[in-house]
Amino acid sequence: MESGFLLPDLEDDDAAPFWQGTARGELLVQTCSACGQRRLPPRPMCPACRSLQHTWVPLTGRGTIWSFVVAHPPLLPAYQNLAPYNVITVALDEDPGLRLVGNLVAHPDGSINEVDPATIRIGEPVRVVFQQVEDVFFPRWVRV
Amino acid sequence: MDTIKDRTAIVGIGQTRFGKGLEDSELSLACQAISMAIGDAGLAPSDVDGLVMFSMENGREVEVARNVGLGDITYFGEIGYGGGAGCGTVGHAAMAVATGQCEVAVAWRARKRSAKGSRPWANVNQRLSGATQWSRPFGLLRPVDEIAMLARRYMHEFGATREHLANVALAFRKHANRNPNATMYAKPMTRDDYMQARWISEPLCLFDNCLETDGALAVVIVSAERARDLKQKPAYVHSFAQSIPRQHQVMTNYFCDDPLLGPSYACARLLWKRSDFQPQDVRVAQLYDAFSPLIPLSLEGYGFCQRGEGAAFTDDGALEWPNGRLPTNTAGGGMSEAYVHGFNLVLEGVRQMRGTSTCQIDGAECCLVTSGEGVPTSALLLRR
Repeated sequence: MESGFLLPDLEDDDAAPFWQGTARGELLVQTCSACGQRRLPPRPMCPACRSLQHTWVPLTGRGTIWSFVVAHPPLLPAYQNLAPYNVITVALDEDPGLRLVGNLVAHPDGSINEVDPATIRIGEPVRVVFQQVEDVFFPRWVRV
Repeated sequence: MDTIKDRTAIVGIGQTRFGKGLEDSELSLACQAISMAIGDAGLAPSDVDGLVMFSMENGREVEVARNVGLGDITYFGEIGYGGGAGCGTVGHAAMAVATGQCEVAVAWRARKRSAKGSRPWANVNQRLSGATQWSRPFGLLRPVDEIAMLARRYMHEFGATREHLANVALAFRKHANRNPNATMYAKPMTRDDYMQARWISEPLCLFDNCLETDGALAVVIVSAERARDLKQKPAYVHSFAQSIPRQHQVMTNYFCDDPLLGPSYACARLLWKRSDFQPQDVRVAQLYDAFSPLIPLSLEGYGFCQRGEGAAFTDDGALEWPNGRLPTNTAGGGMSEAYVHGFNLVLEGVRQMRGTSTCQIDGAECCLVTSGEGVPTSALLLRR
């Protein structure tokens, strides 16, 4: 059944290995094979050394909240049903310049609207969990 | 070096009425505004030989030329990235005129943004690839959500508050209340109105957002020599710049080292380098205001204050006509006049140089006009 949520194209030229990783419960980051620079979002060429070779390396899945919003209507229907809900940007522990957008949930299978927005703080430590929506496994985040 | 400094001028402006649910098509609105701008300049449609438009424009150059009865077009081009394009279209027209690729150039924007179906974020495919897959699935759906993420971080790092954002919204509303063509002409707003408005994407409320407008605006650009023979007081294109800052990602610029160092910084460097004026010489500005937090970011980027001081800059009526330190968006801007991808800011800059604004800053030698912050951007410094 269609969820009504926006979903990534799992065949995306650059991001497919990321989504294959989340399906296995791994948070992977594209890493240059030549100079070792991590890059997020993924792309074909390393901006530091122009190498086209890369690997996908697991991260610890820990970070801190860099910023967040609380979305209110008008929104697409599937999202409006959950509003107000939070969206957070997480700075990853391995390199705070690496960031991912996601949602803060109270427990690994919780909804994106269950944490009281008034309690969310920039700088809070979080760790990744994975939630399945249709055929996609999304990284979401719980407080450490 | 040969630069384009003062070699061209905006000599004609035209705009349709602003509204919601206008019956005319975007192409028809574009043609009406262009026709008015050509008439304002005292030129004939057959004089026009250059066209520069937004890539997002729905009416194409050939259709515009066939409708308005333009001459043989020898230069045409377009600028991408939505709200970042406005000053870019004028700047490219100026470069084309200054280098002889055309003699009479038109730049414009026509848009019907008031219908729900025209909200770009509501017309997305179910499966996302590229940049949007890193934000939209998580519910960061709309431009306001994308900017709210930066705004929250900005407020956290620099101690900015909703009071500062209210300063922005209230200043622009006051200016609109003096402009009979503004959508919010007859609608005053109080600080209480702002504070009690509904949330859209916390920390941003309804009045931190621009309007949703149908309408079109156009300008005519010719050489400085030709401008002196035409009927309007020229608004010279003194300086022009664009920027895609390094490692920039459009709207969701969260993935670089310093996301709050926006496109305006890189744009400002070239703009002031090519200018006889510096920020301290500027007494009036038209700053792109799709969302209120873009104003403190732009004030910092264009050098009116130091980094982190943009919010405090807005205190004490600094943005307000007539006595503020930098009266800004003197026709009401995107938040209270009309949101036509920021192109109305260009026309208000021209009116300030002509002396015909409804919030005129007497004696202002130049006016800064900027396009979208948060996207690949552009800026103009117009002079009398």
